[in-house]
Formats: sequence, C-alpha cells, structure tokens
Amino acid sequence: MKRDIILAGVGGQGILSIAAVIGMAAVESGLYLKQAEVHGMSQRGGAVQSHLRISDSPIASDLIPEGSCDMILSVEPMEALRYLSFLAKDGWVVTSSKTFENINGYPPVEDLYNEIRKIERHVIIDAYSIARELGSQKVSNMVMLGAASEYLEISQDSLEEALKALFGRKGEGVVELNIKALKAGKNGVRI
Amino acid sequence: MTGLVLLGDEAIGQGALDAGLSGVYAYPGTPSTEITEFIQRSKEARERKVHARWSANEKTAMESGLGMSYAGKRAMVCMKHVGLNVAADAFINTGITGVNGGLVVVVADDPSMHSSQNEQDSRFYGKFAMIPVLEPATQQEAYDMTRYGFDLSEKFSLPVMLRITTRLAHSRSAVVNSDNRKENVIKLPTDLKQFILLPALARKRYKLLLSVQDKLETESIASGLNRIEAGEDHSRGIIACGLSYNYYQEVAAEAELKHPVLKIAQYPVPPELLNEFVKQVDRVLVLEEGAPMLEESLTGVLENGYQIGGRLDGLLPRDGELNPLLIKEALEIPVETPREVPEIVKNRPPALCKGCGHIDMYNALGGALKPYGPGRVFSDIGCYTLGALPPYNAINSCVDMGASITMAKGASDAGLRPAVAVIGDSTFTHSGMTGLLDVVVEQTPVTVIISDNSTTGMTGGQQSHATNRLEEICLGIGVEEEHLKVMNPLRKHHEENMLMIAHELAYEGVSVIIAQRECVQTASRRLRSQKSVKS
Repeated sequence: MKRDIILAGVGGQGILSIAAVIGMAAVESGLYLKQAEVHGMSQRGGAVQSHLRISDSPIASDLIPEGSCDMILSVEPMEALRYLSFLAKDGWVVTSSKTFENINGYPPVEDLYNEIRKIERHVIIDAYSIARELGSQKVSNMVMLGAASEYLEISQDSLEEALKALFGRKGEGVVELNIKALKAGKNGVRI
Repeated sequence: MTGLVLLGDEAIGQGALDAGLSGVYAYPGTPSTEITEFIQRSKEARERKVHARWSANEKTAMESGLGMSYAGKRAMVCMKHVGLNVAADAFINTGITGVNGGLVVVVADDPSMHSSQNEQDSRFYGKFAMIPVLEPATQQEAYDMTRYGFDLSEKFSLPVMLRITTRLAHSRSAVVNSDNRKENVIKLPTDLKQFILLPALARKRYKLLLSVQDKLETESIASGLNRIEAGEDHSRGIIACGLSYNYYQEVAAEAELKHPVLKIAQYPVPPELLNEFVKQVDRVLVLEEGAPMLEESLTGVLENGYQIGGRLDGLLPRDGELNPLLIKEALEIPVETPREVPEIVKNRPPALCKGCGHIDMYNALGGALKPYGPGRVFSDIGCYTLGALPPYNAINSCVDMGASITMAKGASDAGLRPAVAVIGDSTFTHSGMTGLLDVVVEQTPVTVIISDNSTTGMTGGQQSHATNRLEEICLGIGVEEEHLKVMNPLRKHHEENMLMIAHELAYEGVSVIIAQRECVQTASRRLRSQKSVKS
C-alpha cells in the first residue's frame, strides 16, 4: 500500500491540520510516513502545499516525483490545479468548491470547475456550506478530509482517533465538531 | 514501527536534548526556526533549565554558544544560511579556538530561495573554517548526527557544523530516539589560554587545526557516514551528498538502477575514498543540494580523464533544489510528459495580512514622498519587505539584515534627499542599531522608519528584543528627542501620520519615526489564548 497525496490551499486554510491528522492516523496504523511542509514566507496569503507520502514500506524521497501523485486534496479550486503536473494518470483531484480570492485577476470560478472536470477522477464538494451548517466554516478542511477518506485506505476509526489526539486539548466540543465535519464530508453531495 | 513523528528541525532539537544539551542559542530564520522553538516548548528542557531564549542576532548567538562551551557544557547554535554571514567572524575563529564542551552549529540552507535572498551553500563555510560538517539525509539521521556531532566536537575539541536544507528542515517523519545522556558539569578548559587568539597563540592553534585535518578525514570513514554501497552496473557511479541520496533512492527503486553509490554525509571527505569510488565506474554523477562543491573539487581545473557530471556540465541545473524528476532526466530515464497546469491558474504570492500596520505605514510614507518621486526607500528583511510587491511598490532595496539604514546613509552621503530607511523592530535590534549610530555620529540626513509590530513576524511571531525598548535605544544612541517620533499606523490617522513623515523628510539630520502597532497575527493569537484561559 502506498499513497502519495499533495495537500493544497492558501496559507491559513488549515492544510497542515489535514496533514497532521492523516499523518498521525497513518503512523498509528503502522505505516511509514514522510510529509514535506511549507513554512515561512509562503504562508502569508500565498499558495501553500504539503507533500504527504504514506506507505507500508520505507519511503525515500520527501518530495513526490512529478507525474506520480495519487491525489491532490485541495481546500481551494484554483490551488487544486496548481500542482497538476504531479498528478498520476489515474490520480484523483478532490477539492472544495469555495474560492479564496485575494489576488487581482482571479479566474471565473466556472472556468476553474471546467478545468477540474476535465480530469477523469475528480470530486468537487461544497465543503464551505457543509462546514457552516455544522456551525463553523473553520472545519471546511475536515469536511475535505472526510470527502477524501474513502480513497485513502485509512480507516475512519484511526482518523477519528488522530483527531482526538490532536485536538483533545482544545476541548470536547472542538473534537466533536471536527469528527462531525469528517463524517459530513464523507457523505457530502458532490457537485 | 513506533516513535516520534518529527520535522527534521525538531529531530535536531530532540537529538540535542538527548545528547545532554545545556543551551541553544539562535535568531529566528526560515528554515531553522523550529529547532529552537521545539526546545522552547519541551517540558524536559524547561525542567532541566536548558537555555533556549532567542538571541539578538546570529553573532551574539554564536558567541554565547562558544561561551557555554568554554564553561564545559554542550551548546548548540542554530541559524539560517545567511545568518552564518552575520555570525561568520565568531564562527571562523571558533575553528581556531576550538571548544571545550561540545558545540554544534546547525545551519539550514535554502536552495531555491523559498524564503531567502540567496542560496549560498554553508558547506563552504565549514571547509573555510576547516571543521567537520555533517549532512543528514533523513529525519532519523538528523537526530542521530546531532548526537554524534556533540561527541565528535568533544573528541576533536572543534565545533561541528550540521548542515541541512529546507526540505529536510520542514519535512516530517518517524524518529526513534535513544537514551538520554546527562548534561556536562561546569568545567573550565584545561589550558586557560586556549581561547585567547593573540597572534602568537593563534598561530599555534592554527597549526593544531591544520594537523588534525587528516584525522578528520579518517573519522569520516570510521563513522560509517561516508560509505560505498555496491552495485552491479558500473557504467555509472552516483555520489550523493546529504538529502540528494533520498531522491536517487527513489529514482533507483522505480527504474531498477543498480549503480554503485557513494553516500556522503560527513566532511572533509578523504580523497582516497573518492579515488577508490571513481576508479570502479565509467562515469560519475554528483548529486549535491546547493552548490557543486564536491563536483568542483573532483573535476578541478585540469583535464584528468574522469567523466564527472552534475551541476557544472549541465546534467543538472546549476541552481535550485534537486528533486526526483531532475535526477531521472540526468540519468536519461524516459519521463512521461506531465499534465499541464491550465493557464488560468494565477500566481498567488505571499502578501501582507489584512489589517497589517505595515500597510498603513507604507500608505502614509507613500503620501509623504509623493512630491519627491520614487526611488528613495531602502528597506530590510521582514514582512515589510512585501511592500516591494504591488499594489504598494513602496521599497527600492532589501539586501541583508540592517542594510536599510546604512544604505540610506550612503545614498544620503551621495546627495540623495530625502533618503529613507524602513526597518522592522526585530531587524533593528538584530543589526540596525550600529548603523543608526553611524548616521547619528555624522548627523547624516536620513529618515528612519522603524515599523514596530513588536514581534519577529515573518518567521511566525517570536519574541522581539526591541519590544518596549525602541525609544530608549534611539535616545541612547543619540537621536534628538524632537526628531524621535512615534505614530500609530491606522487608516484613521493617515493624514497626521503622512504630515509627520513629510515634516521629518524635510529635516537635514537624523529622524527616527517609530510606527508602532502590534502584528495582527500575534494580536489575534494573544486574544484567543486570553479567551481560552477565561472559558
């Protein structure tokens, strides 16, 4: 078993939290992990990505080789397309439909969706609305993780355990909300 | 498989703590910051009272680390690559003094300049200082080599450089840690003149340094860190330094390559080992993250008949970090054309945060400078460097920590009026104060704006030495009280701020304007933590 995932988004959208949850769940399940993050200058409203590699055998490179990524999991539709050169032929693009427009000349959203729909295996999900209905748009990232979870081959239980371990100190309520978001993402309507 | 899941940076922090560290000294700088932050957060470090406060700059950090080593304890100094330029005076001379307690200097290079102004390769500094350099490839090696680095340092009585790059610093993997070694007890150097670099004594110390070079080479094989891994396919051999070893492993597994590999993780590398390896293969590909340092030493300047390839002959790009794809191409492994990124995808560069005080400062400055035209703002290293980007286009230079004030001085000396310096609070106490003294001594007409957000913002909001001290420092240096102004950079104060700056721009002397408003990121973190304490 080997999964190479690129997590994509804009600084502050919580992709490192997604990485932390998958990472912890993977390690607790006895898998090998490498996860390269972006810190520093790139964080300030800029494009942010993380290369997440999990496998049942040792992993060499911290970076996913171009053209071999199994999934681009993005919390923003334009960011979902930015790393397309990394995606394998049969790879998935799983993205939130909600745009984050902090630059001039941001493309029309329908054009972005059309580009994403050109990829054979894609999921576009309204994570923002789902998260807001649950009570906080902040958990959009966990909705996205839920939407991606069935392709990850990591059990729902270990993801939930990882959430508890990572967010436990923020209180019961936060953990519950994140778990709800995870479940909602899994069952959420694709657009 | 169990253990800790750590960033490369964190693995170094853990390795140092387990090696009996008594103090870490550092100034924040991407990608090195998380080493010190890890130790600051460590419960064990707090209980052991391991020193972990930030230093004013990399030079003060280096010297403090050396002082702790003088007293017999183990110290670590951490910085980004350009920080070593600041610390270089102390660093190079540390090779001459040698150490008492183990001293490990961690330098995090940033090839591809993800968050830096250059991609200098710190291994050159190690060679320059003639001290051992360790270059781990994995998080586990980062942990292990940190521990080994302290032993090595004490064995040869020399500082040891641990060189990492961004990719390892900021990548996470499982790390298994080993038993905790006790901290050293305080113990003076046996020779109380060891650290006195008077010429007569320094000459002796330098000869001593020269005399151990052979032993350092031998050690770099004995340690097992430089090793030849056999392979059947002698049509090519791979020399893989540091992190590049991982990329070759990735490519070799996929393409089923069987080339012999010389893994390099410790310098100086003995020439015998290189000769032995190069002789058994038809040609060599040298993989190095950063500059072609080893490659250049192999090719030399004379025709020696060996076929050495890498960054110098164009098999690999001369600049930027490596990756598996580049190595595939260098080895002529067919690569499928990757998917194209659609043209509608626009760049999303980093930007100043919404509500940031630097924005209002730049707006006021821009208004005040309007009558003079563009091209007169010298800036510095920090979030406010983003003022270079549209829509602000507010600055004309960003070179090194502290260069704003002194470049403005030189331009003013040349006759440029007004000449403006924009510097952050933490950068000011890092390297701006001495420059301010230069302009005060000469009463050079320069307007200095200290954009004070009371934190070290760009690296994630570390404590700034300048907090609540700026006015006293400026007055102490000799700035005239009537030309030391404080403003609150808020949109509602735009007019008065602009007038204040305009007034000082016209002054033929030194003015300092402190634009003081807390960083919006640290402010929101502070409010959140206050809220969570209450609830």
